[in-house]
Order: sequence, then C-alpha cells, then structure tokens
Amino acid sequence: MEYSLEEVMETVRMTLYHNFDIRTVTLGINLKDCINSDLDIFKENVYTRVSGYGRRLILEARKLEDKYGIPITNKRISVTPVSLIIEACAEPDAPLEIAKTLDKASKDVGIDFIGGYGALVQKGMTRADERLIGSLPEVLSSTERVCAFLNVASTVSGMNMDAVIRLGKTLKEIASKTRNGIGCARFVVFANAPEDNPFMAGAFHGVGEPDFSLNIGISGPGVVRSVVEKNRSCNLTELSEVIKRTTFKITRAGELIGRELSRNLSVPFGIVDISLASTTKVGDSVAGIVEMMGVEKMGAPGSTAALALLIDAVKKGGAMASGNVGGLSGTFIPVSEDSCMNEAVRLGALSIEKLEALTAVCSVGLDMIAIPGDTPAETISAIIADELAIGVVNSKTTGVRLVPVPGKIKGDYVNFGGLLGETYVMDISAFSSHDFIMRGGRMPGPVTGMRN
Amino acid sequence: MAQEQVFITVIGKDQKGIIARISNAVFAHNINIEDLNQKIMGGYFVMTMLADTTDSPVTITQLKKELSVIEDEMGLKIQVQHENIFKTMHRV
Repeated sequence: MEYSLEEVMETVRMTLYHNFDIRTVTLGINLKDCINSDLDIFKENVYTRVSGYGRRLILEARKLEDKYGIPITNKRISVTPVSLIIEACAEPDAPLEIAKTLDKASKDVGIDFIGGYGALVQKGMTRADERLIGSLPEVLSSTERVCAFLNVASTVSGMNMDAVIRLGKTLKEIASKTRNGIGCARFVVFANAPEDNPFMAGAFHGVGEPDFSLNIGISGPGVVRSVVEKNRSCNLTELSEVIKRTTFKITRAGELIGRELSRNLSVPFGIVDISLASTTKVGDSVAGIVEMMGVEKMGAPGSTAALALLIDAVKKGGAMASGNVGGLSGTFIPVSEDSCMNEAVRLGALSIEKLEALTAVCSVGLDMIAIPGDTPAETISAIIADELAIGVVNSKTTGVRLVPVPGKIKGDYVNFGGLLGETYVMDISAFSSHDFIMRGGRMPGPVTGMRN
Repeated sequence: MAQEQVFITVIGKDQKGIIARISNAVFAHNINIEDLNQKIMGGYFVMTMLADTTDSPVTITQLKKELSVIEDEMGLKIQVQHENIFKTMHRV
C-alpha cells in the first residue's frame, strides 16, 4: 500500500479522538455593487446576494465533509465593511436595517455568524462610521448572528483615541442591553485588522479583496496537544520540530478542502488561517498545550515563552504547507472559550495583565474576557488602548473582545452559552486612567511604520 | 473517468467476521478492494482498506450510511475518507 497503516490511522485518530476539524470556511462577499440609495432595493440586493451564496456554501461544504470525513464546524460569511455601503442611504435607521437584513439572510439559510458590520476608523471617522458606531448597541441587541468590528489603530496611522473613548461607553451600553452582556461577544476592536480573516467575530471582506474570496480557518489544539503529550521527554528544539510537522499536516488538509470548495463554488480561493483556535470541548485547548509542555497552569511564569515557541512552530509548519497563509494566523487565547484558560482564571493563575503579555507573542489579543459590570468606561477604553498599543508598536494584529457583565463582580461565574463558553469575572485594577484617556486625539504611529 | 479511491478504516474490538462483512458490503456496490492492512494495535483491531469506487453507483455518503449499520451491530468505529486527504497530509 502507498500509505502505511500508521499514517492512515494518524489521520483517522486526529478526527476521531483529537477534535481535528476545519474550524471555519468563511466566504467573503463584496456588497459594494448592492448599494442603492433606495433602502428597500438595497436591502433586497443584500438579501439575495447573501442568502444565495450562503445556501450554496453550506451545501458544498457538507459534501466535502462527507468526502473527506473531516468536520467543517462553521460555515460563515464576511461582507464589505458596512459603514462603506451605507454612505448613500440618508435614512437614520439604514445601518440597523442593513444589519437586520444580514441577520435574516443568514438565519434563513443556516449561516451561524455573518461578519463585517463595522468600520475602519484608525485615522478618523466619516459620518457613516459615526452612524454605524452609534447603531452598535441596538444592532447587537436586536440581531442574533451579525458580528461587528472596528479597526481603531494601525502601525502606520497610530491610534484613534477619540474612537477608543467612545468604545468604552459603547461596550457598556451593548452589555446593558443584552443578557450577561453577551452582545459584546460579537464585537471586536482591532489594531491592524486583516482584511481576509475567516474567524469571527472580527471577520470582514476588505476593500482590497475581489468580489468573492473563500477563506479557511483550520484548527487542531487537540491534535497538537496529543503530539506534545507523546513527546514528554524531548527538549524544546525537538518539540518545536514535532509541532511543526503536525501543523504541516493539518494545514495541508485545510488547503485541500479550501481549494476544492472554492472550485466547487466557482469563487477564488483566499487564504488559510493557521491559527490554533480553542473550543469549549475538554482537550481542545491552547492553554492545554502550554500546560502539556510543562507549565503547571496557564499564566504561570514560562507561559509566554511556551506560547511563543508554540506559535512559531505553528507558523513554520503552516507556511511550508500552504502558499496562501493569511488572516490572523496566530494563536487564539480566548478565556471563556477555552476550558484550561478558564480553570487557570478560577485558580488565580491567570490575570488580565498576564493575558496582555501573552498577546505580545501570539495575536488576537484580549479575547472573551468577562470584567466587572461596574468597570468605568474610561478604564475599558484604557484596557483597549493598552492592548492595541502592543499591536501598533509591534506591527501585528491585536484585538479586544471584553464583556463587562452587568451586575457581576470579580470572581463571579458567568455562562455565555454554547460556543462562547463560560468564565469567571476577572479582577481589574481599581486605579483610574480617566485623565489620560480623556485627552483624546490621535496617538501617532511608531517610527517603524515609516518604511517608505 | 478518474480513479476514485477511498480509505475505509475500522477500529474496534477484535471479533469474527469484520473483514467478511465489510468486504461483502463493498462488493455489493461494485467497489473493488485494492489493498488491505490489518493489525492489533494497543489491544484493538485496526484495519485500513483502500477501495476503488470508480465503477460504483454509490456516493461516499451512501456507503457511510450502509457501513454504519455494521458499525452499530459490531460496536466498531468505521470511517470512509477520500484517498486525497491522506495523500495531502502524508506526502509532500
């Protein structure tokens, strides 16, 4: 036989026992040509485009799941940043109406999340951007599947602190309108947001993209954890090699399925995002890999170094496997969606400050963190500014997805339900950042952004 | 027509008739067995069967459904996966 029994069984075991899956296939769709100053026609155009392609995406993805025996966990859509396409509609409720149309189109065909309700405001806000930001509390509390984002900083432009001020208040308002503040789980604030990220909540179809683009998010923390477990005695150089080889294999599987799916849908293949993404399932945890490497609990000294080694090996294995690596391609460290992270928070091993340090070596940032509901808006803005500063200065993507849970204080348990998981409210510094944040303005980009 | 090959893999407690029943099921659908490997790994019966489905009228989905009856009756785990996934993951 061309393949040994061990090789075949390695692949089979990955799916059967180690939660190997294609985490998401996300179809990016340009909506600029749906724009119409008549809101009803505009909505009709958007609905037809999204529901039509959404239906086909799900149908074709299911066929490939059967063919290759690898689950495609999420089938999603990202669209052109909505602030751009509402510019021609003067109606005050145009943003909300478009959000509801996206929500309905997704629901009708079974797309679980649709991303792109957002704006790029790193240098300043247009009137449409302002309208969109103003609509966020209403949109996130009245839709189920729409995901929102804002890019408020970049290495070239610096950080729009006026937008950051506004976001502290906006997050509190979104939280107050939704149970356990859950609306905030569908909203990410970015520095250096990638235009082809397939992962929610921050996916959008950037302006440099073609009409359609199929992006794949592979995953497999469970697979990587299992190889680390099998190699308990090897040193870190050898461990890096082992992880690299495994990531190569799972990325190749993602690339195969992505290319075939894009061919079957007759849309261009975009990127493979090689990020390791945790799920709430036991064993499918990024923190679990770090702990298997020998750090007793995620957050203990050594966690940042272990995570840096992990992400480096993942990138090298992934880059060898696919010529189209893109998106975030880091490692997700969401708190509520990762059972080991959550346990580390419960035990007091992991603080928000250590999480911030961890994001300096991976990507994605402070993700799915519950904070006390009475945290002042300026403190929330300051946490966002700290995290995005890491992205701005290091020329990388960072994001923030915080949930100020109404009525909860540090240590309280919160269950967000389903994929969003459960967590404990984290302790936030009681010292004020009010005067710094309220200065506003634009924080200049670093000199490393001047590359021309 | 391009050759369509699938791997049928079985994991479970060793017992009489596993290969016989699976061979019968694939034969009934005009699927040719190209190669077969079996081994006891860690106390479990493990089998990989490379099967050519080019001349078969059934899809992978239908074949899976049929094999799931044997899976349930004999307490096994049976997977059917197109060969390309193994080629992609294990060959550069």
